[in-house]
Amino acid sequence: MARNTESNLYTILFTTGMVVIVGALLAFLASSLKGKITENKRIEKQQNILYAMGVNENDETSVKFVSKDKVASEFSTYITKQLIITGTDVVEDDMAYLIDLKKETAAAKNENYQRRLPLFMGMKDNIQYYIIPVRGKGLWDAIWGYVAVDNQLVVQGVFFDHAGETPGLGSNIKERFFMDDFKGEHFLDGDLFKGISVSKGNSDPKNLDKTDFEVDAIAGSTITGDGLAAMLRKDLKMYLPYLKTLKQ
Amino acid sequence: MGLLSKKDLKLITDPLADNNPITIQVLGICSALAITAELKASIVMSVAVLFVMGLGNLTISLMRNIIPSKIRIIAQLIVVATLVIIVDLVLKAFAYELSKTLSVFVGLIITNCIIMGRFEAFALANGPLRSFIDGIGNALGYALILIIVGFFRELLGSGSLLGFKVLGDSIEKTGVYAYGYENNGFMLLAPMALITVGIIIWVQRSRNEALIEDN
Repeated sequence: MARNTESNLYTILFTTGMVVIVGALLAFLASSLKGKITENKRIEKQQNILYAMGVNENDETSVKFVSKDKVASEFSTYITKQLIITGTDVVEDDMAYLIDLKKETAAAKNENYQRRLPLFMGMKDNIQYYIIPVRGKGLWDAIWGYVAVDNQLVVQGVFFDHAGETPGLGSNIKERFFMDDFKGEHFLDGDLFKGISVSKGNSDPKNLDKTDFEVDAIAGSTITGDGLAAMLRKDLKMYLPYLKTLKQ
Repeated sequence: MGLLSKKDLKLITDPLADNNPITIQVLGICSALAITAELKASIVMSVAVLFVMGLGNLTISLMRNIIPSKIRIIAQLIVVATLVIIVDLVLKAFAYELSKTLSVFVGLIITNCIIMGRFEAFALANGPLRSFIDGIGNALGYALILIIVGFFRELLGSGSLLGFKVLGDSIEKTGVYAYGYENNGFMLLAPMALITVGIIIWVQRSRNEALIEDN
């Protein structure tokens, strides 16, 4: 080829061209797909919230959400109220589930900012559920989830998810064998807040003791598990003042 | 296979045996250690790499005459990152559940040295069709090792395969656990993956002495 691909001018032109083409291509794709992706994420949030309160299509071992086309109607059937708690202020807001916890946490670093805490109330088979969103840090990236409690503040179901935990190890926090262990767990000892620890060797692998404030950890996922326990402690605590008013 | 000449066919069969990317070329070791605790993760990663390797090798080969050699590594990195991001975006929009399964692997694919290694060693010097075949062949060779390692790690570490408890229930003490068998938790940690890969290398070299280097 006659072209001198080693000259400095060519190198600069090549890089410029490549950056412009790749940049334009990705920007175009990202902006044209943005609507669909946001919509998918919104549906996923509804599915996750419903999952935590036990509205799902689970079989014996796997996690199955209510299907995409049914989720909107199921969400309005089962989720009776959405609340935003700001300090002692409680207001109803149908869009509370769209609050971005990441942004709220970041904004709350400013001392003057009153953090908004979303809380979802669900009703299924005449049991009242309160579903609390939580968000924290795993080993590699963010982890988050939803914890459903009844009016005695006993955990009735959870859903966890993660952005980048190790496949096969930390990523198992979203598997049934781990999440199902939380059902029936307590995080209050009388009035004392204990949280729920993810602990190894708790001599209760079948998880029969529901008031030990512990669930069995996943082998090889110590840091993800510790992060999850820290997330539960930190976020459940924020809701405690409000949750305690329910218990009376 | 009338479509492929003997030479092209070798591009597929060699990486499966005597020129395996993991055990002979020592490429892609990091992901072979990181994600093989379960068979399912091994399979997902293998399919994803197959896709990116084939397309990436093809793209680089088409561009091989216009990439300045001074900045070829950066150009390769951009190509693979762009491919992966496009796939990720499209999946997020049209197959959200699948993209959730794959999301963790996206970063791992971009930084997987097997991809850069094949770009550098093959696609920069060969035509598009041969490069594509080479990409597929090496991805299959990579998949083979990942699946073998994933199989043994999940079986011995968790007593299950693809999530099915094939050895019985370790907590209820059924199946082989009734006779005192225990899962080896060490298998779930990365060092045992390295040892498993080591055993594969050992087996392979003892079967084919031509692979043993002179010291």
